[in-house]
Amino acid sequence: MSDSSDPRVLVVLPAWNEAASLTGVLAEVRAHLPRVGILVVDDGSRDATADVARAAGVDVLQLPFNLGVGGAMRAGFRFARAEGYDAVVQVDADGQHDPADVPRLLAPLLAGEADVVLGARFAGVGAYSARGPRRWAMGLLSVVLSRIARTRLTDTTSGFRASNRRAIELFAREYPAEYLGDTVESLVIACRARLRVTQIGVEMRQRSAGVPSHGPFKAAVFLGRAVLALVVALSRPMVRTSGEATA
Amino acid sequence: MSGYAFAVGACVALVVFLVVLLRTRRLREKYAVTWILLGSGVVVLAAFPRTAETLASAVGVQTPSNLLFAIALMVLLLVCIQLSVEITGLEEETRTLAEEVALLRLDVERALRKQEDRRSDGPTASPVVDGTPLEARRHPVLGEPVSGD
Repeated sequence: MSDSSDPRVLVVLPAWNEAASLTGVLAEVRAHLPRVGILVVDDGSRDATADVARAAGVDVLQLPFNLGVGGAMRAGFRFARAEGYDAVVQVDADGQHDPADVPRLLAPLLAGEADVVLGARFAGVGAYSARGPRRWAMGLLSVVLSRIARTRLTDTTSGFRASNRRAIELFAREYPAEYLGDTVESLVIACRARLRVTQIGVEMRQRSAGVPSHGPFKAAVFLGRAVLALVVALSRPMVRTSGEATA
Repeated sequence: MSGYAFAVGACVALVVFLVVLLRTRRLREKYAVTWILLGSGVVVLAAFPRTAETLASAVGVQTPSNLLFAIALMVLLLVCIQLSVEITGLEEETRTLAEEVALLRLDVERALRKQEDRRSDGPTASPVVDGTPLEARRHPVLGEPVSGD
């Protein structure tokens, strides 16, 4: 890895119709992390998300139409790779992730102990509960992915994560845009490329705008799609990092 | 016998239609090949109906028409799957293009902003934080406030 005394960190905020919460989240990121680069990826919003971000003076990648979090993040990873950033931290633009947790998320990364760090609920910090099929789905994902990653992962669908250079290089090429691809499948890809994945317990807040999707039927659909995503991800051909291909 | 003539006529018309589409470049050759082969096959079957009977008894199907129906269903299924595969490829290409467009747009915005800064009075013109000018309240391309549409 490069000089660890002054690592360049990029905070990427994938935003889809988040004009209402974006200004507050950006201000908070700036307040807690004055020295990081900030990139908002406007994922084909119909509201003023991109204008709000530009008004705040941050870099904006404006996608011409909605690609989903996976598409937005791959664009973000490509930007980070082109600009030579050492680490990328994904923070949701809806305000459910606390930017104050970012340094804790980066610590294992900068210490060289991990390549991908997840900010996880259910890890002893904060209160969050899920019930029924949604809980089963999350439990199943957590068991399977923990086994693949050889470490305990309690919240595999977390969008709060940090990636180092190796992970940026991998994700700039391979970051699925499918449902659950940006969370579950990307973890599988990372593990199979022999990146080290670990987690840090964080507290998630209520979204500052918008409502989360819940309900028993949706939860059951989520379970089915989670299983499908997992099976497909595990049966895909292997992806290797460029560093390993030559080794 | 006129039934067979009708079938042959329909298949010949289909093949001609495909060739016309090909010639006017409204159909790519890789999709047309399947249909032309299929059309030619049906022409043969229509012209020599005994072929279907021979084929059916060879595979162990009692009614020749049922064999044809089954084959037709299979072929349609395969074509649908092929189209899904092609769409998936197109979506992936579209996604990559969208990402590239966004990255290029940011590059252009930055270059224009930098040029604008240089044209105005020197490096003291605007406060810069972490490489990003604070005066980004204006539209970086048009240089005037952005109006929401």
